[in-house]
Amino acid sequence: MSTKIDQVSTSKRTTSTHLRIAPGEPALVVDRVYKRFNVASEPWWRRVLPLGRAQNGTEAPANGNGHAPKARRGKELVTAVNDVSFTVERREIFGVLGPNGSGKSTLIRLLSTLLVPDDGHIRVFGFDVVKDEMQVKRLINRVSVEAAFFKKLSPRENLLYGARLYGVSGKEADRKAREILKRLGLKESSYTAPMEDMSRGMQQKVAIARAFLTQPVLLLLDEPTTGLDPRSKLEVQSFVNELRDVHDATILITTHDMNEADALCDRIAILDDGKIVALDTPENLKKLVGRNGHEPTLEDVFMELTGKELVEKDDVEDYQPEKILAG
Amino acid sequence: MIKGLQIEARQSYAFVARNFNLVKRYWGWEVVWLAYSIANALSVTFIGAGAGVITGQTDINTNFLITYLLIGTLVWHFLSGIFNVISEMIAWERWEGTIEYTLMAPTRRYTQIFGQAAFAVVYILLFTATIGLVVSSFFDLDFSDADLPGAVIILLAGSLSFVGIGVVASILPLLYPERGAQMTNIVQALFLLVSGVYYPVSVLPEWLQTVSKISPATYVLAGMRAALLPGTSDQSLMSYVWPLLLMGVVMLPLGIYLFQRAERYTKRTGKLKRNG
Repeated sequence: MSTKIDQVSTSKRTTSTHLRIAPGEPALVVDRVYKRFNVASEPWWRRVLPLGRAQNGTEAPANGNGHAPKARRGKELVTAVNDVSFTVERREIFGVLGPNGSGKSTLIRLLSTLLVPDDGHIRVFGFDVVKDEMQVKRLINRVSVEAAFFKKLSPRENLLYGARLYGVSGKEADRKAREILKRLGLKESSYTAPMEDMSRGMQQKVAIARAFLTQPVLLLLDEPTTGLDPRSKLEVQSFVNELRDVHDATILITTHDMNEADALCDRIAILDDGKIVALDTPENLKKLVGRNGHEPTLEDVFMELTGKELVEKDDVEDYQPEKILAG
Repeated sequence: MIKGLQIEARQSYAFVARNFNLVKRYWGWEVVWLAYSIANALSVTFIGAGAGVITGQTDINTNFLITYLLIGTLVWHFLSGIFNVISEMIAWERWEGTIEYTLMAPTRRYTQIFGQAAFAVVYILLFTATIGLVVSSFFDLDFSDADLPGAVIILLAGSLSFVGIGVVASILPLLYPERGAQMTNIVQALFLLVSGVYYPVSVLPEWLQTVSKISPATYVLAGMRAALLPGTSDQSLMSYVWPLLLMGVVMLPLGIYLFQRAERYTKRTGKLKRNG
């Protein structure tokens, strides 16, 4: 994949969409960000009986981008992202780990302009995600855990649509898409077949190709390898490294795969209940937990800091309560 | 400047190409819909053919009645088709799960709406013309005195205001993920009732006649009948065009403004994603 993105070391960086990025500006600054949602109502008897009332989470100050929401009638305010701050430097691969419901995807949506922070600021290469929304959109792309496509359309049709939305010509997008999909191990014959005929893993590869096509300088990967087989995971991980090493992209990745996080990330933030509970290099994070007869792993760190077990889909599928009850 | 316009053109074309690809992939449904629309148009126009038999009167000008009903059914098909394509632009994306990806792209809303509207006008015009040709072949209709250029001008002016109304209606699926798409059907039904699609507006109760004055479809239908059925109106065609242009000039920017406000609201409340 060729790119026109200048080297980071140059004094000024110009993206393919002609945005000037000030030298020395970090790739991403997240500064005291809060996001809260009104969620499904409690039963009427819990609202009537004070003892049964749920807590509304911590109070977020109402300034900054400030639309601090109030709990609507019959609804409960849940804090999905709670006073989160961190900085990601250029060409860094930054991991965000956390249990399900810890706020990882909400954080990614905040960074990708799909949500507005209730409070705090997020700056992408110096551009505010609220005030400079269009500039930020030109700099980023995102791969979400669900491969969101027009399922009747082929990868070619979906990728050309996605690329054109970013102003890339159809001809250029077609050439690059073929290159990237070949690099990711997708068969040529699949390129023009409907997406609905493809496996989850293959669809995810097309989703990754779609994001790479637009040459983002900040790539947001929300569990990109979920559903991929081990070989495909390695191919994607190698491609992510290549994006950073060759094309100077900065990458923020969320994952449940601790080995992946360990292998890919320069630094990792662990998120629990919307708060960052640890942020450091993988090596330093491992020093936070004691040796328990073996070298500490990121999984040990995760369980120690979040107090939760890793529950994978396979575990749920293998769960057979009748066997457990039978001893 | 030229580079910027080129990018905007590509972005608009993204929606045109995507929609034509969807039509191609869902060709079976398109055939079904075309067959249904032709049968529906024929059913309505045969009411005109059977008017004499129904009423027992022999001096009814059935050809006039057939043409009157055919214009109504075709114009309504065209306008409601445009309304549907525009108002469902968000509903489609919600069904497919692509809404976040599209709204995350650096594409301005007016660019998106321009692409969607361009597709709607071309596609629905082809669809409606096919219905018109098939239905006309069943009857011996005479359009030799018709003002065809005038009819095209009325239709295009009407498209502008219906695109604007469609944009306003598309806010509903944005704000109400579960019921928004159904709500747009109610809006469409109201236009059908008050605009004089199959009957003159003058037969409506007085309060509905007042409502009909704010429906652009009323002016499109009256204007089209004036152009295609000479002698049905003593007003000039421009008297139908001006209200349509005025409504279009108001509704289109208003629709885009309201859409942007609604988009901002969904980003504050997390309604872009159904499950918060």
